Amino acid sequence: MSSLLSIKNMSVNFDTPRGSLEAVRGVDIEIPAGMSVGVVGESGSGKTVMCRAAMGLLQGSTVNRTGTVIFDGHELTAMSKEQVRELFGSGMAMIFQDPLTALNPVRRIGVQLSEGLRVRLGMSKSDAMARSKELLELVRIPNAAAVLKSFPYQLSGGMRQRVMIAIAISCNPKLLFADEPTTALDVTVQAQILQLLRELREDLKMSMVLVTHDLGVVAGNTDYVAVMYAGEVVEYAPTKKLFADMRMPYTEALLNSIPRVDHKSGTRLTVIAGRLPDPTNRPVGCSFAPRCKYAQDKCTTDHPELKTDPDGHIYRCWFPIGESL
Amino acid sequence: MEKLKFWLQRVAQLFVVLLLVTFGVSLLVRIIPVDLATIVMPVADENQRAAFRASIGLNKGPIGYYLQWLGNFVQGDLGKIYYSGGTETVSGHLIKAMPRSLLLMAYTQIFALGIAIPLGVLSAYRAGRRADRVISNTLFIFSSIPGFAIGLILIIVVGTKLAWLPTLGYATYSEGIWEHFKHMIMPVLSLSFGLISQYTRLLRADMIASLREDYVTMAMSKGLSDRRILWQHVFRPSSITLFTSAALSMGGLIGGAIVIESIFATYGVGFEIFAAIGGRQYIMLQSSVAVIALFYVFFNLVVDIGSGFVDPRTRDRRTNV
Repeated sequence: MSSLLSIKNMSVNFDTPRGSLEAVRGVDIEIPAGMSVGVVGESGSGKTVMCRAAMGLLQGSTVNRTGTVIFDGHELTAMSKEQVRELFGSGMAMIFQDPLTALNPVRRIGVQLSEGLRVRLGMSKSDAMARSKELLELVRIPNAAAVLKSFPYQLSGGMRQRVMIAIAISCNPKLLFADEPTTALDVTVQAQILQLLRELREDLKMSMVLVTHDLGVVAGNTDYVAVMYAGEVVEYAPTKKLFADMRMPYTEALLNSIPRVDHKSGTRLTVIAGRLPDPTNRPVGCSFAPRCKYAQDKCTTDHPELKTDPDGHIYRCWFPIGESL
Repeated sequence: MEKLKFWLQRVAQLFVVLLLVTFGVSLLVRIIPVDLATIVMPVADENQRAAFRASIGLNKGPIGYYLQWLGNFVQGDLGKIYYSGGTETVSGHLIKAMPRSLLLMAYTQIFALGIAIPLGVLSAYRAGRRADRVISNTLFIFSSIPGFAIGLILIIVVGTKLAWLPTLGYATYSEGIWEHFKHMIMPVLSLSFGLISQYTRLLRADMIASLREDYVTMAMSKGLSDRRILWQHVFRPSSITLFTSAALSMGGLIGGAIVIESIFATYGVGFEIFAAIGGRQYIMLQSSVAVIALFYVFFNLVVDIGSGFVDPRTRDRRTNV
């Protein structure tokens, strides 16, 4: 199976007054063409930074990215900013968590939507506007002509997210990064947006990286899942396999902490004790060891490398679940 | 309809502000603890002074005096300049001085914004790097030199040593465009330096805040060039403080350029006020301050209207409250 996006040993550090902050550490991940890959993990586990770094959207003198990112045959990490930019829109696109802050507050929807078409595809102003209207209809926005003339603050959250999706898919990207696209929306709208993304993905033959902290969203919308913890990918497997046969204790703990309706009322919610390790001062051994109920001495002294099962299931653990000790 | 109501209210508010300001100045003139007639007309006899008191309503009490002044003011009669023997009118002086001040202000604003906007955008874009540090430090030095000092240095260097520009006076358009600008360059420069550093710092701070917004990352992910992102996505939402500050400094520049107008003998409104104070012409002072207040209020209204264009969110907020 060919990879559309292949990230090899990518690390991202931020220089902070307290020292170097390792947000992403040695991530290796392959996004197969045409597939949907979920990235899950707690807040602060590096999901968003990984996506933005993969596209090269992190800028500033305090950001250091190392490793290799290859997208569709282009080695992004060896290209200039201007060359990478050529791939945006028609190659890669991104939708963001909060559509209110990700849309420019002072520009009309039509201008923001047609801009990419004009800059990337070289459309004329009127063609781009006409296409923008079609795009709004494609993401099921009623009264598209009026919405084109609106400002973001005049739309509801769900509508804004639809507008953002329309912007992201406007140049027909091969890969869509969806960074928590439903987190800022209420539950009914969430379902509609996910449904829309599923349909668009099929129609446009688009691959997707779906970043979320909601395992329920992952289960229904992805072919593969990468679990991230403390800036590392700790488990990567086809979605069905991961849920049926997880190897990483962190994934198990994450699943156990989902509240369930069939629990008796009054049951305490399961939580993962402790907190994410300080990103400027990671543990020597396994990052999860301090919170892991299976942790042994080796876990606190030696950092586990990624292991790959014969069936392709990848995990980072000395004592994976299901292996006799 | 709601919009009309909002604007009517806004204009009414500003009208009240105008009345309060002019009444305040009128009271100040009244509470000067000496006989106004004596200081305004030092060489007149008692009959003339009595006539003066009656003519401007000094014998009427504060409110009556104010109302008479207001009545004359709205009809364009701003009083007389009495040391001339009453032949010169305040409005005559102001009509001559006002275009000079307005042009001086307009050139200063255009020049200051024209320099400050590119500098602010550049230093925000390169925040913390060398270009930003050079700009910020240079402007800090300039902002700590008062305008009159810059004016004097310019006179010595450009006016006297190099003899490139005239050091005094004013020329109208009809005396030649180049002649007009020759007289304006140095006053404009003297007034601009402080403004440039003020504007640049305001814009830089707002731009840096806006550059952290998600919509900038979003614009990057569309594949737009940095230049396009800076000017089309970041500049406008970051410019409200800058334009508000610029509009409010216009009011100040009209009457407040007293020192610079005196140094360069531009004889604008600031200089007229200075002369009115020096010559104890309190009626002229009162009317001139009222005219300046009128401009302040006008530019305030311009800010209100303009901010709706710069940031559409404020437009609806007005009617939704």
